[in-house]
Amino acid sequence: MSSHVFRPLFVIIGLVGVILIARLFIVPEDFGVHERGYMYGFYRKSNENEWKAFPVKYKFNNEYCKACHTGQYDSLMQSAHANISCENCHGPALGHPLNPTKLKIDKTRQQCLRCHTHLPYPTSNRATIRGINPDKHNPDIECFMCHNPHKPNIGAFRGGTQ
Amino acid sequence: MITRRDLLKYAITGIAGLAVPTAAIQVLSSKKIFAGKGNVSNVRWIFLVNTYKCVGCGLCVKACKKENEIPYDANVTRTWIERYVITKDGKVFADSPHGGRDGFIMSKIYLGKGRYQDIKEEDISKAFFVPKLCNQCDNPPCVQVCPVGATYQTADGVVLVDRTWCIGCAYCIMACPYGARFFHPVYKVAEKCNFCYHRINKGLKPACVSACPFSAREIGNIQNSNDPIAKIIKTERVRVLKPEFGTNPMVYYIGLDKEVR
Ligand code: HEC
Ligand code: HEC
Ligand code: HEC
Ligand code: HEC
Repeated sequence: MSSHVFRPLFVIIGLVGVILIARLFIVPEDFGVHERGYMYGFYRKSNENEWKAFPVKYKFNNEYCKACHTGQYDSLMQSAHANISCENCHGPALGHPLNPTKLKIDKTRQQCLRCHTHLPYPTSNRATIRGINPDKHNPDIECFMCHNPHKPNIGAFRGGTQ
Repeated sequence: MITRRDLLKYAITGIAGLAVPTAAIQVLSSKKIFAGKGNVSNVRWIFLVNTYKCVGCGLCVKACKKENEIPYDANVTRTWIERYVITKDGKVFADSPHGGRDGFIMSKIYLGKGRYQDIKEEDISKAFFVPKLCNQCDNPPCVQVCPVGATYQTADGVVLVDRTWCIGCAYCIMACPYGARFFHPVYKVAEKCNFCYHRINKGLKPACVSACPFSAREIGNIQNSNDPIAKIIKTERVRVLKPEFGTNPMVYYIGLDKEVR
């Protein structure tokens, strides 16, 4: 056979070598089969640590707030709202009070109606929470104007109209 | 006629294409293939949802979106709550506006396209909320279909997505029988609940579990015989979603009903 067959063949064999070597560098060393076997564990191992390093934002620890917001803490923990974590109404607290220096205050009616819209669902604990009809119960006035969110107990009203 | 330039071009693309799946011609020992079967770690995360305790407040969805940087107003979420209302004449109504992010602040059921259904209190025979999230299946179909090895299961059973590796083909989104996966609007890759992998590995609970004021959501380790949640799953009547798919889900429910899909 003549060189017009062999020359391209050598070129191609050369390319195969170059590309396979390049592939070695492109595919990360830790890419391959891991603990869960070939079917479910074929991946880049270092991605696990990338996910573990994802930043945490919520503390979800009311004790952390106690030292500086003693008043709110004490009244909340003795109230019917004791099991609601502060951060559910004030947002993620990581870094507070350094950054952010202040946390948001969710004052919307919607925040309270999540639990207090009257839904008479017989097979759900929802039915055990005292509910109101949002269209009839003082519409247009934010709940916190009359109820103290940290001390919702009826009888602990804030001045208000009633 | 083939020119020199064409030959080089075709050869490079062809070989590069073949080189991508060279893993497919690797010789595997049977040991390697069955490596994933059985217990490969002393941690196996499991989840327990109590639908009696859930009041549909949606604080879990809100916390999940903020903790995991899922665009707040995009209509996608890693965990969501479905409301089921079953009337005395056997009709089933279900809705999940914004995935339940803002709770269920209306008694009307959302039917889609701006339409609502009023249901009278005396017509309800049962009604309840079902929080949903990724089931971290023991046989995850989403992982099997990934063509590039971008989604996988860790030794502790959590299914993760490698954001740098995912090509966004969305096969996994189709493969999930629970609709737990979606397309991340910012990173343009497949996205799903991972039990807050960054939190559980620091000894914290997932954001949704800590946010829930009623302990309707709990996480545990089934390999630890002293784990209180593992005990409940082993000793009480629990169910999983769609067992007929053979996915072997790791999210267990108390109080599921046949209407829940
Ligand atoms: C080390 C002390 C400290 C801790 C701990 C702390 N805070 Fe604060 N917080 C502050 C200070 C200081 C301010 C600013 C007060 C101001 O400017 O009036 C503030 C402001 C706030 C505000 C805004 C108050 C307003 O009037 O606008 C909220 C809400 C808040 N904190 C909630 C929390 C919650 C919830 C936690 C627990 C997760 C917490 N804080 C933990 C010191 C603290
Ligand atoms: C149910 C929701 C809710 C929870 C739970 C909650 N707060 Fe508040 N918080 C509010 C609202 C609403 C206001 C605004 C009240 C106002 O302006 O009168 C507020 C106001 C505050 C303020 C500003 C000062 C004030 O009293 O007006 C601080 C500080 C604060 N909260 C801290 C906390 C801490 C600490 C916790 C947890 C121990 C907590 N909150 C739990 C809803 C909540
Ligand atoms: C996570 C759910 C949830 C949220 C959000 C919530 N509550 Fe409550 N609330 C409860 C529960 C549970 C109770 C106790 C059961 C009961 O008394 O109905 C309660 C009790 C109350 C009561 C009656 C207290 C008593 O003992 O007489 C009032 C008033 C109240 N909440 C107002 C509010 C207001 C105002 C807000 C918004 C700042 C709010 N709630 C947000 C769950 C919630
Ligand atoms: C104008 C003041 C005012 C506002 C605003 C207001 N309430 Fe009330 N609320 C009252 C008074 C007064 C009562 C007690 C008398 C009663 O049962 O009607 C009450 C009672 C309640 C109760 C107990 C109902 C029961 O059956 O015992 C709940 C729960 C409640 N409110 C939640 C809310 C929520 C949630 C909001 C905001 C969406 C809100 N309230 C806004 C004045 C107010």
